Amino acid sequence: MSPIFRHPEFKLGMRDMSSVAPGIASWGLMTGVAMVKSGLSLPEAVLMGLTVFAGSSQLAAMPLIAAGAPMWVILATAFCVNLRFVVFSAHLRPYVMHLPLWRRMLSGYMTADLSYVLFTRRYPQASSDATVRLAQEAYWAGNSAVNWASWTFSSLLGIVLANAIPPAWGLGFAGILALLGVLCSLITDKLRAVSAGVAGAAAVAAFALPLKLNILVAIAAAVAICMMLEKPKISPVANP
Amino acid sequence: MNSLAGTDWWTVTTILCMALVTVVTRGFFFMSSKPWSLPGWAERGLHYAPIAALAAVIVPEMVMTQGHLISTFKDARVYAVAAGLAWFYWRRGMFGTIVAGMAVYLPLHIGLNW
Repeated sequence: MSPIFRHPEFKLGMRDMSSVAPGIASWGLMTGVAMVKSGLSLPEAVLMGLTVFAGSSQLAAMPLIAAGAPMWVILATAFCVNLRFVVFSAHLRPYVMHLPLWRRMLSGYMTADLSYVLFTRRYPQASSDATVRLAQEAYWAGNSAVNWASWTFSSLLGIVLANAIPPAWGLGFAGILALLGVLCSLITDKLRAVSAGVAGAAAVAAFALPLKLNILVAIAAAVAICMMLEKPKISPVANP
Repeated sequence: MNSLAGTDWWTVTTILCMALVTVVTRGFFFMSSKPWSLPGWAERGLHYAPIAALAAVIVPEMVMTQGHLISTFKDARVYAVAAGLAWFYWRRGMFGTIVAGMAVYLPLHIGLNW
């Protein structure tokens, strides 16, 4: 493991994530506050803050836990809210399959929205070359370390300060602004702009769907439209 | 507040199972080590997925309230997003985007209740 932490890409991964860390932290802070306000006891909130590591599924599960919903309903909700990560794991599979199972699952656990986005921005292609793979693992580790630390510590801080920070201040909006900055940095060509526009509009239009399924619908719509708009490959058969 | 006594095993088990759900969903296609790869079209399509996922997560948070599109300009988020975008295209910094956006958002939201 140690060549990963000494690799220059580890530092770069940390630096790239650090620039959005304030957004992640403010979001984690408000999730911590929300956990306590939803009625979780202190140990329960701390346990959730330390283990679940998925803001949107935590926020979706809190009212269900408070209402005493059946456990399978809560877990099914968490699963559906996390469905976009199933799509991400299909995308990331070629990057991790040379690793042992426990390392793959650890990578999976660490795949938050921003680590996925920053990682695929830096490394659009998986590689079979050992040097490149090491660089990718190092970048990923740096990314994940900063992401995990800023999310977890800010969640714990939110739990402690739950009664001092009024949710009405809307500090969590900083998280949205962080994602907005990353979104803009990803718009590098026309089709990616189309993808963002279609997905944003579709997510609003399909907002009434339960379990945040509007996000999945939006991804599917954007990907489908972008693939239709791509320049068709010139095939030798079609051009006699 | 009676926070320690409020802990029950049902909730603790639920939380631990939620952590398991996080691992299972995020490592969904990492679990089997059978040789298998996505068809070419799907792989191509996934290049548009990260940006689509981000837009799908944030756009509703910027323009909707309680499941409806906002219908007023007295909403701090609109101006915060504009300020964040302006900073991003002026200076290209993530940190600045967050700070510029919040510098507009907080006074309007807390001060004017927008």
